Amino acid sequence: MSDLRGVIVSHAAVAQALVTAVKAITGIDGALTPVSNEGCGTDALAERLSAAVGAGPAVLFVDLPGGSCFTTSLRLAKKNADIAVVTGVNLAMLLDFVFHRDVSPTEAARRAVDAGGKAIRVTAA
Amino acid sequence: MTLALYRIDDRLIHGQVVVGWGQPLNVSFIVLVDDEVRGSDWEQDLYRMGVPPSIEVRFASVDEAAHDLAGWEADSRVGILLVGDIDTAVALAERAPQVRRFNVGGVHHRAGRTERLRFVYLTDDEATKLRALAERGVDVTAQDVPSARPVPVGEFT
Repeated sequence: MSDLRGVIVSHAAVAQALVTAVKAITGIDGALTPVSNEGCGTDALAERLSAAVGAGPAVLFVDLPGGSCFTTSLRLAKKNADIAVVTGVNLAMLLDFVFHRDVSPTEAARRAVDAGGKAIRVTAA
Repeated sequence: MTLALYRIDDRLIHGQVVVGWGQPLNVSFIVLVDDEVRGSDWEQDLYRMGVPPSIEVRFASVDEAAHDLAGWEADSRVGILLVGDIDTAVALAERAPQVRRFNVGGVHHRAGRTERLRFVYLTDDEATKLRALAERGVDVTAQDVPSARPVPVGEFT
């Protein structure tokens, strides 16, 4: 199951920037695909997202828990049991994900929430 | 207060509406007028998830909206009314003459549409319908976010 794909679905250029950052840090290329909602209505974004997901299992990393990126992702996941959706994407969860893709989409999504959540904290000066 | 914004946006409830307009207008409720969404509990749940609990979301068919519009206009809170396409806007305006304005906030590319503004793509038929709406006294402008200039209908149709 190493072909588990991560698709980042975001407003503007957030997704592309995250993909670039993951590659810069890990050297891993090809595990993540960026999808932006820039210039998209609902139909166009659904087409863009379907093309990025392809046939295989995938985790969709969405920027916000609402809005067009989110609704489009959930509609696709509803039709495909091999797709899991995580919201609140951050760099920490993606760095964990690219090294742990030999699991099911659901398990990868659970890991992502754990890894991403641990990175959010208040630190003392 | 009243319905502060009547908006045509094919993404319906999303960030520009909830945050971009909702914050400065201090919006307390959103009415989503769409026959298809009105008929699907699953779709309604999906749209609700994108809205903070402080904002009430109502779903209405065009018929229900025409009937309930006066009540929303008389609401003491500030609200936004959303439709997803030009046909729905026209249908609502025809049944509810108190609709005096529509903001074209996002109509995106699809086969047969051409670019009118960065965030507005229309077929010739849709452009004609918007002009007809304006000729009947509805103030039609295009504006994606509050900080942008409202573009008069004559400049993009």
